[in-house]
Amino acid sequence: MIGLLSYLVFFATVATILAIAVLGLNLQWGNTGLFNGGVAAFFGAGAYGTLILGGTPQAGHLGGFAMPYPLALLGGMAVAAALAWGVGRLTLKLRHDYLAIATFGVAVAFENVMRNAEWLSGGAKGLRGFERPLQEGIGSGLAYNALYLAFVASLLLLTYLFLERLVSSPFGRLLRAIREDEEAARSLGKNPAKVRLTAFVTGSVIMGMAGGLYATFYAFVSPQDVLPILTFQIWAMLIVGGAGNNRGAILGAFLMWGAWTASGWALSRHAPVEAQIYAGSIQYVLIGSVIVGMLLWRPQGLFPERLVVSQSGGATRPAPAK
Amino acid sequence: MTETLLETAGLCRAFGPLKAVDDVSIAVKAGTITGLIGPNGAGKSTLFNLLTGVLAPDAGKIRLKGEDVTGLPPDALFTRGLGRTFQIPRPFARMSVLENVMMAPVGQTGERVWGPFVGAGRVRAEEARIRARALEVLDFVTLAPLADHPAGKISGGQRKLLELARVLMGDPEVILLDEPAAGVNPSLTATLIEKIEALNRQGKTFVIIEHDMDFIMRHCDPVIAMAEGRLVFEGSAAEAQANPVLLEAYLGTMVHG
Repeated sequence: MIGLLSYLVFFATVATILAIAVLGLNLQWGNTGLFNGGVAAFFGAGAYGTLILGGTPQAGHLGGFAMPYPLALLGGMAVAAALAWGVGRLTLKLRHDYLAIATFGVAVAFENVMRNAEWLSGGAKGLRGFERPLQEGIGSGLAYNALYLAFVASLLLLTYLFLERLVSSPFGRLLRAIREDEEAARSLGKNPAKVRLTAFVTGSVIMGMAGGLYATFYAFVSPQDVLPILTFQIWAMLIVGGAGNNRGAILGAFLMWGAWTASGWALSRHAPVEAQIYAGSIQYVLIGSVIVGMLLWRPQGLFPERLVVSQSGGATRPAPAK
Repeated sequence: MTETLLETAGLCRAFGPLKAVDDVSIAVKAGTITGLIGPNGAGKSTLFNLLTGVLAPDAGKIRLKGEDVTGLPPDALFTRGLGRTFQIPRPFARMSVLENVMMAPVGQTGERVWGPFVGAGRVRAEEARIRARALEVLDFVTLAPLADHPAGKISGGQRKLLELARVLMGDPEVILLDEPAAGVNPSLTATLIEKIEALNRQGKTFVIIEHDMDFIMRHCDPVIAMAEGRLVFEGSAAEAQANPVLLEAYLGTMVHG
């Protein structure tokens, strides 16, 4: 029983953290139409940033600033923001698939830098020497994990509320207009380049926060955590849940993370021994199939975007004159 | 009212060897509905794209209200009082009609990313004001009953009215309409003309590209004609109808296709 509960807490924690990242992508893709193919890089920037800033001094790689945890997490988000700003300045002139290719390249480069720049990231061995906040007092058992789940869940709620408010504001309206037709938005006095960059950085900061929380949870991060598959998982979650809908994004994260872990479990238990070594690849195929299937049969996702977001014509509509 | 609102001097723009707009100088007087005609390929749309900042001219000047605006981007021109609609309407398809219109006012406090958090009260007040004005404008263009409909699902003619409504939210002094009557059913065309004339009486200036000669002759004065990138005629509608060069330019393309 305790085992199951521990597992559920563990599962919910990871799903919650991924849901935060999906919300960040939803701001970029769902609301603004920015095809970010490099989610893993911004997630990773937050993860590495948080651990480097918050960790204890280590031989062999950068870090050990031992900053208080809230500052370390904010610092990780700032690293993600800086990366997004630089990448955005360079690539946001590109549209759609070209932007996706460029950002995908950034993520691959990020992973390779983390894998090879040992002085910075500890290389393939990963980044160690981080102590989870408050762990000394609480220990590392179920109580700590439950508390940490409560912490990430409240951050998920805050992120959700922040984005709901943002999206229903004139800023959100502007994002959607730019997504729908940039040239028309420009003809109406708007500056799409600036707005796209703002949305890109804001979304990436949210991904960076998710990365920071993920690394905090494991007190460890390595290049294995920022592989391209992470980007595809986050995308699958958003597509299943419903791009443009924040609730859909959260639901999609839980569903897809559930499907991912369940398929891994089922494969390890029921697949023939010869197939076991391909279990990881089979899971990749499953993720790809889900993306393709959803795009073919229900492209709007389980929770489609709402039509009326900021203001409705509603009941106070003036009676037609004449 | 003879003040010149929008003028060009020696405007040129080439695409490779093709001189799409070749040394065009026009002066649009405040309070007019100026018709811009010419056969396909005459350079009308290129001239529009130059006037609205979508394209930069190779040579020449554009002045709006006496101020040199050559090379300014479309957003800067809109904030300076020049609005435009598109030949093929460009609604924000997956947004409601009302939100399409509410998006348009320039300089909304809530358009900044921190707006809804720092100045929430101010944004709310602004939103209420913009919404009321948007419903008024939608009512004016007869789209109020469709306020909560997706803009991508309304008819072609309604889209043209929606574009007009969006532009009106910016309260521009000059409005450039690119083929407002093309592909619109006659009853909506009548509505559109009625609205254009009503706005014109309120002091708005229009420049209209149109192929429908009947439309041009009945509602536009003066008329400007282009052919092969050059200005070939400038005068009243009555003069246009009697002008041999113009007739030739038009009939010429009709014959040659």
